Amino acid sequence: MSIGTLAPPTVTVHEGAARGAERSRTWRKLARNPAAIVGALILLTVIGAAVFAPYVAPQDPARQSLIRRFSPPVWVPGGSTAYLLGTDQVGRDILSRIIHGARISLIVGIAAVLVSLAVGVTLGLLSGFLQGRVDTMIMTVVDVTLSFPQLLLALAFVAALGPSLTTIIVVLGLTGWERYTRVVRAEVLALREKDFVEAARAMGASPTRLLLRHLLPNTFSSIIVMSTLQVAQAILQEAALSFLGVGTGSAYPTWGQMIALGRDFVSVAWWLPTFPGLAILLTVLAINLVGDRLRDALDPRVG
Amino acid sequence: MLIPLVRRVVRLVVVLAGVSLVTFAILHVSGDPVSLMMPEAPEADRVALRQAMGFNEALPVQFARFLANTARGNFGNSFFHREPALPLVLDRMPTTLLLTVLAMGLSLAIALPIGILSAVRRNSVFDHGATVAVFLGTSMPVFWTGIMLILLFAVQLRLLPVSGWESWAALVLPTLTLATFSTPLLLRIVRSSMLEVINLDYVRTARAKGVSEWIVIWHHALVNAALPLVTVAGLQFGLLLGGAVITETVFAVPGVGRLIVGAIRQLDFPIVQAGVFLLALIVVLVNFTVDLLYIYLNPQIRVR
Repeated sequence: MSIGTLAPPTVTVHEGAARGAERSRTWRKLARNPAAIVGALILLTVIGAAVFAPYVAPQDPARQSLIRRFSPPVWVPGGSTAYLLGTDQVGRDILSRIIHGARISLIVGIAAVLVSLAVGVTLGLLSGFLQGRVDTMIMTVVDVTLSFPQLLLALAFVAALGPSLTTIIVVLGLTGWERYTRVVRAEVLALREKDFVEAARAMGASPTRLLLRHLLPNTFSSIIVMSTLQVAQAILQEAALSFLGVGTGSAYPTWGQMIALGRDFVSVAWWLPTFPGLAILLTVLAINLVGDRLRDALDPRVG
Repeated sequence: MLIPLVRRVVRLVVVLAGVSLVTFAILHVSGDPVSLMMPEAPEADRVALRQAMGFNEALPVQFARFLANTARGNFGNSFFHREPALPLVLDRMPTTLLLTVLAMGLSLAIALPIGILSAVRRNSVFDHGATVAVFLGTSMPVFWTGIMLILLFAVQLRLLPVSGWESWAALVLPTLTLATFSTPLLLRIVRSSMLEVINLDYVRTARAKGVSEWIVIWHHALVNAALPLVTVAGLQFGLLLGGAVITETVFAVPGVGRLIVGAIRQLDFPIVQAGVFLLALIVVLVNFTVDLLYIYLNPQIRVR
C-alpha cells in the first residue's frame, strides 16, 4: 500500500467547494511531521522490497547449504558479505527470506483489511441508518465477535479450514470487522441529525442515495485512518498465526514462521529470530506512525 | 435500575447463545467434521464415526444438541487424552488466569502513574517519551518480545529460566512479556481519559479554590476518568487472553492457551471447542460485571 492509496477523502459532499484546499492542508500537515515522513519512508522500502523481491534479494531464499549453516551477520566475526544478516539452521540467507516474507505480510495485511472493510462498513451503515431491530441484531453479532479473543478464533478456524493464504485472509477479515461497524454506526447516528442530510431528504433523495451519496462519503476519513491501523493489526495477527504453525501452509517464507523456527536456536544463533521480528516491528511501527498522523491531519479539530 | 438489569441479563443470554453457535461452527465450518478429525481413516471407519457422532442429522438438530451438552458442561471426550475435555481445560485455567492477572496488575502499576503524569504534563519530554514507548510497544509481536526477553535474561545473563511454570522465577518472563503487550494499550487509555476530564470546569474550579495539585488529580480527575477506564479495560480483557495464548506457547506455560494450540495441532476438536468457549465465557462475564458496575456507578446511564 503506498501513500497514494491512503490519500485523504476528496468527497466532502456538503463542503464540495472547499475540498481542494482541504486536501492540500491535509498533505501539508502530514508533511510537517518528521515521524510520519520516517514512517512513510520505511513503508515505501518494505513495499519496494515486497514488489521487487526476486530482484533485490541477494540470494535465493530457498537455497540450502549445509556448509554455510549458522553463518552470523556480517559485522560479527565469521560473518560474510554474501549473507548480510547471516544464515539459518539449513544455510538459507536470512535477509533474502525477510525480503520475500514481506510479500505475505503485506498481501495478508491489506487483503484481510479489505474483507473486514466490506463487511464492517456495510453492517455499520445498515445498523446506524435503519436502527431498530436490524441495529439490535447487528450489534448482538458485534458483541458475540468481541467476546472471543480474535487470535484464538482465527487460530481455530484456520486450523479447521486447512491453512492456506486465502483461508488466512478470509478468516482474519471475518474476525476483524467489528471495529468498522461500531465506528461507522456511531458516525451515521451523528450524521443523520445534520442539516445537510435533512435537506437532502427534504429534496426527495431516496434512502439508498442518502446512504451512499451523503452518509458514506462523510465516514471516509475515519475509515481510511482505521484501515491503515488495521493493516498493522492484521500483519501482527498473520505473524502470530504463522508463529503458531497455522500459516499459509506453503514453504514460502513468512516472518512469523522464521521466528518460530529461530526460537529453537536462540541460544546458538541469536540472529535467527531477531531479524524477522525487527522486520515486523519496523513495518507495523511505520504503518502506525503514518496512520496516527493521518488521523491528526484529517481531524479538523486538531491545529 | 431493575429494567436495565433485566435487559443486560437478556443480552447476556443472547450473546452466550451466539458464542455457542460460533464455537459449534469451528467443527462444522469445513463441511465434513469427520475428515477433519481423522484425515487418514478408511471410508468405512468414517461412516461409522459419522453415525456414532450424529453428524448425519440436520445441522439445527446437531446445534440444539450441542447447546444442551454445553449447558451441562459436556464438550465430549478429548480424542488425544481419551477423557472429558472440559475438566482438562478447567485444570489449566488457574494458570492462565494467574498469568493474565499478574500481567494486568503489572500493566496497571506502570500505566496508571505514567499515563496520569503524561496527561498532566502534556507535550513535555516525559509525555513524548511515553508516546514513543507506546508506539514501540503496540508494534512488537508478543511472541517476539518473549523470545527477545529469553535471549537477554535466560541466554545472555542466565538470570531466569527459559520456560516452565514451576518456580516464581519462571513466572517473571511470561508476565513481563504479556505486560509489554497490555501496558501500552492501557497507558493510552489512562492518558486520554485523564485528558478528557483534566480541563473540565469542576477541575478548574478545584484548582482555583486552592486545592493542592495532587488532590485535584487523584480526587477530582482520576475518579471521573475511572469510569471509561473500567469499561475499556473490560473490553481489552479479550485481547489480553489472546496475548496469554501466545505467551504460554512461547514459554511452555501449562495453561489453557498452550493446551488449545497443542490440541489444534492434533486436531483434537473437543478440547479446542471447550477451551475457546470457556475463554469467551470469561470475557463475556467480565464485560457483564463491568456493565453492572457501570449501572451501579452511574444511574443516569442511557440504555440501548
